[in-house]
Amino acid sequence: MPQTVPQTVNALSNSYAWPDAEGRFGPYGGRFVPETLMPLIHELDAAYKAAKADPSFQAELDGYLEHYVGRASPLYFAERLTEHFGGAKIWLKREDLNHTGAHKINNCMGQILLARRMGKTRIIAETGAGQHGVASATVCARFGLPCTVYMGAVDVARQQPNVFRMKLLGAEVSAVTAGAATLKDAMNEAMRDWVTNVADTYYIIGTAAGPAPYPAMVRDFQSVIGKEIKAQAQRQIGRLPDAVMACIGGGSNAIGAMHPFIEDEGVRLIGVEAAGHGLDTPDHAASLKGGRSGVLHGNRTYLLQDADGQILEGHSISAGLDYPGVGPEHAWLHDLGRGEYLSTTDDEALEAFQTLCKLEGIIPALESSHALARAGDVARELGKGGDLVIVLSGRGDKDINTVAQHLGVEL
Amino acid sequence: MTTARIDARFAKLKAENRAGFVPYVMTGDPSRDEALEILKGLPAAGADLIELGLAFSDPMAEGPPIQRAALRGLKAGMTLRGTLDLVADFRKTDQDTPLILMGYLNPVESYGYEAFARDAAEAGVDGIIVVDCPPEEAGPLSAALDAAEVSLIRLATPTSDDDRLKVIAEGTSGFVYYVSVAGVTGVKEAVAAEVAPAVERVRRASGLPVAVGFGVRTPERAAEIARVADAVVAGSVFVNEVAAALEANEPAVPRVLAKVKALSDAVKAARASAPQNSDFLAETV
Repeated sequence: MPQTVPQTVNALSNSYAWPDAEGRFGPYGGRFVPETLMPLIHELDAAYKAAKADPSFQAELDGYLEHYVGRASPLYFAERLTEHFGGAKIWLKREDLNHTGAHKINNCMGQILLARRMGKTRIIAETGAGQHGVASATVCARFGLPCTVYMGAVDVARQQPNVFRMKLLGAEVSAVTAGAATLKDAMNEAMRDWVTNVADTYYIIGTAAGPAPYPAMVRDFQSVIGKEIKAQAQRQIGRLPDAVMACIGGGSNAIGAMHPFIEDEGVRLIGVEAAGHGLDTPDHAASLKGGRSGVLHGNRTYLLQDADGQILEGHSISAGLDYPGVGPEHAWLHDLGRGEYLSTTDDEALEAFQTLCKLEGIIPALESSHALARAGDVARELGKGGDLVIVLSGRGDKDINTVAQHLGVEL
Repeated sequence: MTTARIDARFAKLKAENRAGFVPYVMTGDPSRDEALEILKGLPAAGADLIELGLAFSDPMAEGPPIQRAALRGLKAGMTLRGTLDLVADFRKTDQDTPLILMGYLNPVESYGYEAFARDAAEAGVDGIIVVDCPPEEAGPLSAALDAAEVSLIRLATPTSDDDRLKVIAEGTSGFVYYVSVAGVTGVKEAVAAEVAPAVERVRRASGLPVAVGFGVRTPERAAEIARVADAVVAGSVFVNEVAAALEANEPAVPRVLAKVKALSDAVKAARASAPQNSDFLAETV
């Protein structure tokens, strides 16, 4: 496949081959890390390329995904939700049914197998809501590797059940008090650990962002979501869906769902960002709709930043979405017009959370609720003959306290 | 490009057979006025070159002291434009001491590479170190800086093998900054016995003077490094003086300058008093 493609949507068909050899998606991506890490980044890149080309690696991963993670996850027809909105059929891709309760484990399983292959003996990870931290702690327990999870102190406080889970799984949870003490600061601290412990440590980044090869690697590991949707849609619908929609923080579940469909021009790819208190306020986490291009955490992408290039804190009711950046491939799909990006406020997400509970008997993660909140709009736009797939990226048990608090209920 | 001020300074140091001392201080820390007083006082306190930290919200290679200093600078209202103005004010009093900015890419990218290079040159900046911009990503920035005759100073580290050093050395000018420990600033200690062969490798690969930083906090350590490097950089120790002054409700400027003098005196005396005995390179802290 050619490494450069014309930057028009029409030219995407059968020619989408990003990232390029430098790990760039158009102007986005790249490897913006301190020099100390550059040799490791190159080593990781080579190791991942070799693993990707090795059928035994994929076979090993597939085995764990089936028997440990519990894949394939169902593509479930949400009948009552469909009736409720009166538009296209709504299908839920049930990543909430994975072991550990979210899509994060897909990526962690791939990366821990790679870390083992590279002979690394210590794992670090960052986490926001705690889902990626739990998934990292889980695979570390499974393979007997010590694990340190960096988590903002504010997130530690609001995600206590996940903190306890990580500890039960044998991980050390390091509360980060720098900055606003949320996901961005946890990622800074994980980078600092990595730069200090270069020889033995593998950093499992939880989203499709960071220095190359992470954005493409995490996307590849999460693409199991989109590949399954494709096969399941053929089987259950008899054709490809009209749209695939997912929530976006860093955007790993979304890029995993979207990537296998990029060359299928008839399939709309929709990402939903967190609008927090509203895009017209400073309190949101919509980097694509409310930010501009910049460099943070190893990649160039859309960022929330002030006029001086200082990074702003994202806000969202969902601890998994309040990140001031977004994966570089989303930035590129946004500019190309191949991805459509919408947003959902805290209040809309809370409402969608309750709607899914009541209509389908499924408690969704607050992250996933951001995608669900746009279900009505998109389903009605597609109309009755259409089919809309929404990625239910995780289950909402971890969010019960947050939701109760916002509804004024004391537990 | 011209690296006149940097080259002249290293030539002078060579003629005097001593290592240079390079204090790092943070822009706007603890206030613009005090930061300017500190800058103005540095040459007399023994600074041969100056590194001025650019405040950034997410400094991923810094330890807690410089993270906190950056936040103080930002809180004091410092911006990249404000820092260039600060340098211009410093240049009114000093035309000879090379001044190198050190920071992260995003504020520079936000400012615009060409505009930044032009304004930095105009303010009297001699070079810039961009911690999160490795050679692979430096092309456009490097071109803009070249056009404005501002040096892009590269970093070499303990993880840089000979092949990597070639990549780092290509197109660099002024000097090379050797990061003496794998890690963030102000946490681990540099070990002179390990630094010496690394400095030699970097010198060979680049043909440029080598400044050594990260992990130098005491006069003793500074003196050890001064025996093997062309220049010694220290930073966390000075921003810690600012923090301590604020805590004690004392003026920051004299405390910082006194500490700079202590380390620079040690650097200046290092080679004159150096026993040619490797025992001296052993841990002293």
